[in-house]
Amino acid sequence: MQAKTTILSLPTEEFVHPGTRACTGCGLAIAYRVGLKALGKNTILVVPPSCLTVLQGLFPVASTKLPCLNVTFASTAAAATGILATLKSQGKTNIQVAAWAGDGGTSDIGLQALSGAAERGENFIYLCYDNEGYMNTGVQRSGTTPIGAITANTPFKGKLQQKKDVPAIMAAHHLSYVATCSAAYPLDLYDKIVKCKDMPGTKYFHIHIPCPPGWGYDPRYGIKVGRLAVETGYYDLYEIVNGEFKLTAASEKLVEKRKLVPVREYFRAQSRFKILTDEQIADIQNQIDAKWAAYYKKDE
Amino acid sequence: MHIIEDGNAAAALGVKLCRANVIAAYPITPQTPLTEKLSEYVESGEMKAEYIPVESEHSAMAVCIAASSAGARAFTATSANGLLYMHEQVQWAAGARLPIVMCVVNRAVGAPWNVWNDQQDSISQRDTGWIQMYCADHQQIIDSVIKAFWLAEKVSIPIMVCYDGFLLSHTFMPFDLPDQEKVDAFLPPFRPAYALNPDEPASLNTVTLPDVRIDVHGELAHGYMEIRYLLQEELRASLAVAAEADKRFTEIFGRGGDPYIEPYRCDDADHIAVGLGSLTYQLRVSVDALRKEGIKVGVMGIRFYRPFPDEAIANALKGKKGVIVFEKALSYGYEGALASDLKSALYEHLAGTGRLPLVQNFIAGIGGREIRTDDLTQTLRAATQSRIAKEPTWIGLKL
Repeated sequence: MQAKTTILSLPTEEFVHPGTRACTGCGLAIAYRVGLKALGKNTILVVPPSCLTVLQGLFPVASTKLPCLNVTFASTAAAATGILATLKSQGKTNIQVAAWAGDGGTSDIGLQALSGAAERGENFIYLCYDNEGYMNTGVQRSGTTPIGAITANTPFKGKLQQKKDVPAIMAAHHLSYVATCSAAYPLDLYDKIVKCKDMPGTKYFHIHIPCPPGWGYDPRYGIKVGRLAVETGYYDLYEIVNGEFKLTAASEKLVEKRKLVPVREYFRAQSRFKILTDEQIADIQNQIDAKWAAYYKKDE
Repeated sequence: MHIIEDGNAAAALGVKLCRANVIAAYPITPQTPLTEKLSEYVESGEMKAEYIPVESEHSAMAVCIAASSAGARAFTATSANGLLYMHEQVQWAAGARLPIVMCVVNRAVGAPWNVWNDQQDSISQRDTGWIQMYCADHQQIIDSVIKAFWLAEKVSIPIMVCYDGFLLSHTFMPFDLPDQEKVDAFLPPFRPAYALNPDEPASLNTVTLPDVRIDVHGELAHGYMEIRYLLQEELRASLAVAAEADKRFTEIFGRGGDPYIEPYRCDDADHIAVGLGSLTYQLRVSVDALRKEGIKVGVMGIRFYRPFPDEAIANALKGKKGVIVFEKALSYGYEGALASDLKSALYEHLAGTGRLPLVQNFIAGIGGREIRTDDLTQTLRAATQSRIAKEPTWIGLKL
């Protein structure tokens, strides 16, 4: 097992220039910066329209020091395929291809191309950064917006449907590696990327990304909100390595502790959940408790 | 070497001879035998390329776009709704200036479902910034594929090589299979000015503003409008490059001709039929029949539809009494797109000269409706005698 990376052992080389166009307190800016360190210099990126398109800068300025192909919304994983095919035909085997797409670009419009690439076993890393909505277009609901969240097009009642479980969908493609991460735990993201780089086929990452304007919290509390999602057992950090599910990092520790922070604290830290009633929160708490009871049982 | 094969095989052989590096395709009738053939070449090792069986046409073009951006010679093929499904990517490929070659095996578009031939699919992509070539027989298919890669890479603009579904794709015809050495002499390996590469990082197709902007070196970079203006200018300039392609091709392979138009018995003709694709060869039969009756008529196939060779066309039609446009597609709500384009070219170059021909427009073969040569002959005869009452007139309608 690789040693856990610490803030002291994290490589100092940066692949994102300072001064990106991300919003103040953007969780993606953290995940992207650390994620690129893990991917390393020998990487070609693929990015569909999303917050990242803006973060990366407007022509002729770029905030990323790696080659990047901007592609259409639905085509991310297919574009990664095209680069891989070219590298193969050129006999280049040492270049990593990585796609970074938002949750809308992954769970909704990009799902077909992603499923196709995963089924074909395309050898690349796909990173979905999940800020739980179409934040770049002004906070509309996406497939991964959680139930109860107010968005620009679920303005009064909040989203009425459950969050789409994209990592489970990707795990059903029998991938060598599926992981969930959070911008609030960037070193965990770093270690997981490094760990899977040499695994075969498509590797899928689902990264929880706190979003100040979309979620409604003071930008300085991004890490706190992200951690609350994990500490409440609401959003779990795990790996599925060749089909083997395992809680990791902070979520793994929660199993040892046998104690979750009440989910109410997560909801009340953000304005998007303000319409959730005490009954609804209690209902969600019950679901979380049932999920964790199963984790505890597995641990016994 | 002369061989007898179907039109799809002619296209596939052309792609193999051009040593495409990456092929991506999704099955759709009548394109399927073409891409099946390519998968056979790749799997058997006869062709050294990556064949990606994508999950949609949208992804087929995405693979080609990314492959081309990374420095590969990329090919795909499709038809009808497949082409429409990829429309966003078609526009993207042109905007990104990638020399992708795509065969469009022309088929009617839904609704309702119809797998048979017309040209509504590729005509609907007229304004995407691609070069469009139309083929009338198998020799033109294979030769056009070879010329297309050379031209596309020379001007950094993608090319559609269009040929009629079933009528050409599934019929057998003898044609000359070019020698590999000659194709290699004609078409050097693809060396793009920039290919995605970690040693020389660049961000491609980033958000580009309405106005120009200074880059980090203090130099003025293009805005979106400049980039699009250059696409238009260089598309127009590619007409001359196409002539160069044809000249080079003729020198190496010993066959060629006018790269834009293909006239038949036009020199002394009073009336000229005009069309795209295999229909223009069928019209030759009608022309021969009418010539026997003493009617001075010719037919002109348009090989190059975008960029539109307006000057060459106007010159060829200058002083003729009538131009009779036959089309297997139309701009719904008006008339055939080719008829509109022709009128525009004629007006542009001949207005005020007193040599402006009358243009009449006929729609035929929609959704594979059989085009009877007798009907073409009768229509052509009538059109040379008097102006038709209603435009465009549909031939072969059973209402």
